[in-house]
Amino acid sequence: MESLLNSLSATIIAGLVLTVILVFVIHAIAA
Amino acid sequence: MELVSYDWWTQFFRWLHVISGIMWIGHLWYFNFTQTPTMPKIPAELRPAIVRYILPEALFWFRWGAMATLITGLILAWLNGYLVNALKLGIGDHNGKFTAIGFGMWIGAIMWFNVWFLIWPNQKKVMGVVPASPEEVNAARRTAGLTSRVNTMLSVPLLYAMVFAAHFY
Repeated sequence: MESLLNSLSATIIAGLVLTVILVFVIHAIAA
Repeated sequence: MELVSYDWWTQFFRWLHVISGIMWIGHLWYFNFTQTPTMPKIPAELRPAIVRYILPEALFWFRWGAMATLITGLILAWLNGYLVNALKLGIGDHNGKFTAIGFGMWIGAIMWFNVWFLIWPNQKKVMGVVPASPEEVNAARRTAGLTSRVNTMLSVPLLYAMVFAAHFY
């Protein structure tokens, strides 16, 4: 986790991955 | 026609919320995209200029931007009538707007907590506002830096949830 956060680009990619997961979670809850 | 209507206040707090949010996340991204990666490249004798002059000012607008964003966001959700629906993530409501804005609110609240209870107390040690040993300063710098990176990571889905909630539904 720390090595991921030490890299800015890895941090942004993790944020994008979380966003994609969030889209599916929102659709699942709202359905 | 009412001079100051409900709609007027909603728009006013939405505007304040967006402005405060830019003040907050703008500084967060300044720290992570500009200041932190550049610090190792700055000659040692020049670094105090950043730590003593730029950093305290940036942290002032950063943490109060976070506070203003949280407060205006809660007021806005209350004025919109969906504060409770959003806080329970729209579960049972079958309304994607409540779910999306709710996730945005919870992510934002976690980030606000990180600013005020992890980043700021540790940065005070780094800046020498609070007395600390060199070991404590190093530990504080690491904790503040990692928490700042966590918030940068969370800002990506946060902004998606906020804008998605406002424009998709």
